[in-house]
Amino acid sequence: MSKFQKIEFYKSPKAEYRLLPFRFTPLDDSRHVLTNLAGEYLLASRATVEDLVNHRLDKTSASYVDLRSRHFLVDDDTSVAPELLAIKVRTSYVRLAEFTGLHIFVVSLRCEHSCPYCQVSRQSEDKGKFDMSPEIASASLDLTFRSPSKNIKIEFQGGEPLLNVDLIKFIVIEAEKRNKTAGKNLAFVIATNLALVTKEILAFCRQHAILISTSLDGPESLHNKNRPRPGGNSHQRAIEGIALVRQELGRDQVSALMTTTEASLGQVEAIVDEYLKHGFSGIFFRPLSPYGFAIKTKTYRAYNADRWLEFYKQGLEYIIDLNRRGIEFVEYHAATVLAKMLTNDDPGFVDLMSPAGMAIAAVVYNYDGSVYASDESRMLAEMGEERFKLGDVLEDSYEAIFSSPSLLEPLEESFAYSVPMCNDCAFEPFCGADPVFHYGLQKDYVGRKPESEFCHRNMTVFKYLIRRMEEDSFVKRLFTKWGTR
Amino acid sequence: MLKLHGKLPVISATQGRPYLVTLTKNQSLPNALRAQRALLTTSNRVPDGYRAVFSRHFSPSSSSRTSDIFFISGDYDYLDEGDIVRIDPDTGSMRTLYRHGSAHNTILLTEQCNNYCLMCSQPPKDHDDSWLLKEAMQLVSLMPSSTERIGFSGGEPTLYGRGLIDLLALTKRNLPRTAVDVLSNGRSFKDFAFAKAYREVGHPNLTIGIPVYSDDAVRHDYVVQAKGAFDETIQGILNLKKVNQRVEIRVVIHKQTIDRLVQTCEFIARNLLFVDHVALMGLEITGFTRANLDSLWIDPFEYKDILSEAVQVLAAYGLNISVYNHQLCVVNADIAPYYRKSISDWKNELVEECSGCLKQGECGGFFSSSKMYRYSDNIKPIVS
Repeated sequence: MSKFQKIEFYKSPKAEYRLLPFRFTPLDDSRHVLTNLAGEYLLASRATVEDLVNHRLDKTSASYVDLRSRHFLVDDDTSVAPELLAIKVRTSYVRLAEFTGLHIFVVSLRCEHSCPYCQVSRQSEDKGKFDMSPEIASASLDLTFRSPSKNIKIEFQGGEPLLNVDLIKFIVIEAEKRNKTAGKNLAFVIATNLALVTKEILAFCRQHAILISTSLDGPESLHNKNRPRPGGNSHQRAIEGIALVRQELGRDQVSALMTTTEASLGQVEAIVDEYLKHGFSGIFFRPLSPYGFAIKTKTYRAYNADRWLEFYKQGLEYIIDLNRRGIEFVEYHAATVLAKMLTNDDPGFVDLMSPAGMAIAAVVYNYDGSVYASDESRMLAEMGEERFKLGDVLEDSYEAIFSSPSLLEPLEESFAYSVPMCNDCAFEPFCGADPVFHYGLQKDYVGRKPESEFCHRNMTVFKYLIRRMEEDSFVKRLFTKWGTR
Repeated sequence: MLKLHGKLPVISATQGRPYLVTLTKNQSLPNALRAQRALLTTSNRVPDGYRAVFSRHFSPSSSSRTSDIFFISGDYDYLDEGDIVRIDPDTGSMRTLYRHGSAHNTILLTEQCNNYCLMCSQPPKDHDDSWLLKEAMQLVSLMPSSTERIGFSGGEPTLYGRGLIDLLALTKRNLPRTAVDVLSNGRSFKDFAFAKAYREVGHPNLTIGIPVYSDDAVRHDYVVQAKGAFDETIQGILNLKKVNQRVEIRVVIHKQTIDRLVQTCEFIARNLLFVDHVALMGLEITGFTRANLDSLWIDPFEYKDILSEAVQVLAAYGLNISVYNHQLCVVNADIAPYYRKSISDWKNELVEECSGCLKQGECGGFFSSSKMYRYSDNIKPIVS
């Protein structure tokens, strides 16, 4: 007789177990995705889900052990799960207490480009009318430094912000002066098409550690078609600008964003190749937003979500294949979603946050002193919908702006955990609330999810990412690397 | 394997209690220091005044009436200047407690334990051995403050409660620059007050190594043969991290843990990401492992792909990782950044199959016990 007990000895003879909060959604005909309270997922058959919820699941099955160790249930053998879940949930919300980190300054609405999809720009020489004034900039900085966040990033947007480069310099120097007492981790970004960049501007950027974010839509013909400017040389200017920034500031000091248009749809591989060719280590496949001229010019309706999803999948497969061939390249939208799937960190991506990212993650100080809850909010305002205007930098206090009903109402109403359909959805931990989007299209902060392109697009991406990870161990490893970057 | 304890023939000794003493090879120490040292000598003549003399001669000529004189055989040739031994003058029973030149000084604090692990290398005994704690107190007082690293192990050292805290506090006072590793099953720290007392020690370089054998609570309880141990260990780790103590998780790989090794690493990454280090360890074929060898043994060569996958999971999440107790020829190349030569020098050997291998210098080698009882069937010299 051994003095050692067999494993059965350590299992409680009782068959009972208690369910912890979890949700499930079909992945395909045979499998369900189950997510626990902290967003960890497992796949299970319909039969297993039925057994689980009816308290019939066999304690000796592998599914039972997996479900218990992933905190879907507790029993007499172990009950440490609630404490671990609590830590994970707390971790995923830790950014909330930080409050607003990104402060967007629209220093000018003027632009020398005339992109048909552009949401906000103006063709005008009238500086007085569409440029931010030092007085408004200064008042905006007052609000910026009221944010409790330790990390403050000031992003200059437009229009084309380099058309008002003197104000950028004023804001940077003024912010640094204030930061001597505020002691924040202060960072600056200029979002520019680079057509007007000069060595002199970049010398200022180098001196103040300012990063550059630019636009690159794809190969020359596509880029120039998307982004007309006098001379028709937007692509050439962007490429030369990128090279100049790298030379003056350093290789990783410039990032690029692409905008997807109908013309992009057939050429995702060429777009990725363009990014590869110019030394970028990843790309962000963005859906076209429905705001601004995009709706007016009907370009938004010109392709629907399903066509974008085909584009997305094709691009993602191409990138996976590149990685398989040993070329490290990241798709950042997937990486953001994967971080939510595979870690307890919320990457703080404004479109996929719940509570919504509006004013919590980012706030916009417009050229005219209006404060908006997000970049999308000011675009909606350009279309005549002022609902998400939180106040005015010259007239309203920090308290009035950040506890404005225009902010609190949509935040509360759209919180996905308590929204019909989102509440039952296994993907809610990966998803977000987007009250501005839903208000823009459905005149409702919550929106009707079966008709929501936001919902359809995100659900499809979530399922696709999970399916790919589960069927291919290379993809699992690659995605784990992306999610934990 | 080095002989760390045994009985020395007593040539002449005064009756008395066992004592700890630091060794020297210096025949001409100032008299003031001699009473605190034991002399290691190959000379036939024994100088006066040393507390003890370990002589390679059976009948050295001595006029000393104060020294305890013992015969010491070639088995102990490894002993050197600055080493510390415990000697019983009545019986000649000697144990090497500290080797000055070694990075592997582990001090056994007790053989009592509230776990009863299937693969325990130091099978628990249920008798009062608190003299080991008192001896450890003396030992840390004798060690030079230049000592780089020491370990405290058991048994389960936290069963002493306050006694362990006192030892750690004394260690901090005497050896403030020494890295200290404590091995514990972590269960005692489920008591938050104990975790706080541990923090109060305030040792700047103290790490506690705690085993988690599976993400499956029942399997962990089975491996450690103690119901409810998993929950207590996890709560202990949480409490230690709440008070910012350095924690290393140790996973021993064998037939009972290999099937969920990847899930276990995923569990660590999702739930215990804040630990400071994760060690994935090969089996030492000693103690209970020998009794349970059939239910524990799996050839590391068979699980090398699982080990790689587990390491990749931990690496992706940014955890600090070490792979201990494996031979280079039975792990995949992707283990290299985490591979450590971990087997203590005094019980580390190579086997016949290693002859001609070009990587002997980089390889962690084998436990002496593995060489004796069981090692991989797939050991091959690496020749290119």
